[in-house]
Amino acid sequence: MAKRIGMEVSIAVAEAVRLANADVISAYPITPQTHIVEHLSELVANGDLDAEFLCVESEHTAMSACMGSSAAGARSFTATASQGLALMHEILFIASAMRLPIVMAVANRALSAPLSIWNDHSDVMASRDCGWIQYFVENGQEAFDHVLIAFRVAEDPQVLLPAIVNLDGFILTHMIEPHELLTQEEVDRFLPPYQPRYRLDPDRPLTMGDFAMPDIYTEIKKAQEEALRAARPMIDRGWREFADLTGRRYAAVEAYRAEDAEALLLTMGSMGETATVAVDRMRSAGMPVGLLKLRLWRPFPGDDLLRLIGPARKIVVLDRAISFGAAANPVAAEVSSLLYDREPRPRIFNAVVGLGGRDVRVKELEAVLENALREESRPGPVGRYELIGVRT
Amino acid sequence: MTPKEKLMGWRDVLIGAVAEEPGSASRYETGGWRSQRPVFDAQNCIKCGLCYVFCPDAAIEMTPEGFPSIRLAYCKGCGICARECFMSAFGLSCFKMVEEEEFR
Repeated sequence: MAKRIGMEVSIAVAEAVRLANADVISAYPITPQTHIVEHLSELVANGDLDAEFLCVESEHTAMSACMGSSAAGARSFTATASQGLALMHEILFIASAMRLPIVMAVANRALSAPLSIWNDHSDVMASRDCGWIQYFVENGQEAFDHVLIAFRVAEDPQVLLPAIVNLDGFILTHMIEPHELLTQEEVDRFLPPYQPRYRLDPDRPLTMGDFAMPDIYTEIKKAQEEALRAARPMIDRGWREFADLTGRRYAAVEAYRAEDAEALLLTMGSMGETATVAVDRMRSAGMPVGLLKLRLWRPFPGDDLLRLIGPARKIVVLDRAISFGAAANPVAAEVSSLLYDREPRPRIFNAVVGLGGRDVRVKELEAVLENALREESRPGPVGRYELIGVRT
Repeated sequence: MTPKEKLMGWRDVLIGAVAEEPGSASRYETGGWRSQRPVFDAQNCIKCGLCYVFCPDAAIEMTPEGFPSIRLAYCKGCGICARECFMSAFGLSCFKMVEEEEFR
């Protein structure tokens, strides 16, 4: 087993980018992502990482520059959060449509207004349809590992899609945790040099990001959609190969004490660890509850969820963002769509928690699960959800 | 739309929809957008070439005899040639805009 080193999660993420030997880092500082790129700029300035560090004037340019460098065949990385991700929004769609395997860490943070630098998932949920592979990690080790896994999968010749590693702002980014880093030799074995299929090359001109008439746009979008769905086996292979190397096993959905559970809690990101404690406490009290942790958000692991939900009749879906005026909040809407045709259809309880950095407490998760156990298994009214802890 | 080449299916789209061949857009015929077609009548033409200059899509070529010739594969039917024609000052434009329907 590798030596465990205590370090801030942001630093570990930057160290993963160093070990990945990224060629270009183009970034703009924004809380709570700043320490990631700050440390990367140090690594480059000190000669510990042979890369171009582009200090751009906005996130819009950070992503645009990553696109250019990735199109030229360079391994490209950036990191952002909240308003920064929102400012990148239009470029995100272009990067995925042009199949550029950029990797980005998003230190999830609430969107303004009011200005909040603290965590929730409203930033990434506003960009959820951007066509990127999207992971959610639960702790620092997963964040470190997933930067490497994200590059491995994104650059797979059968994938060639950009990837976002979502890590909860402050809750993870500013936490000092034990990490098992990999050696350069191990990383080099896991992550071969990037071999682009198409590359900007003055000696062999081609056009990327072309204009498309209505008679071809549909086919191009279909090809893009199929590519993201077809990435799934390669994502699984990436996790498998990573497990062979490190012994750390990951899956698209991780089940915890879910067998025979009557009610399941579904979480994403760092909430998973809090939920583990809640489930343990309730199981000790004899209550049939379990936990599903969604690690892969896109492509959505529907089959895995169906298999792991099993006979459970009630699912409490925790959202860390509000989809204003919607029939359900983002994760609940997704899970509801998945289960609609299923017989018998489990009842979904949707709860929104942890907005703008509010603590997610074990007791609150226990309460929402207890409530689900008490209630009947019939559908609730459209758009009803519980906003945990809101004062009246 | 009347492309020369068969339209590709989604499986044929190259990764990222790149266009491997530079300048291949010229093979893409865009005249299908047109709802009106300019019909040329040489009777009033003074070979001034204004239509050639003003055509926003370079869809007018000049023949060796000095008359305009419209490349219908690219003409969008905007009518600028008919309007800018020198002779239109006298109500004698060399181009008459005719509904595309009448040619079907």
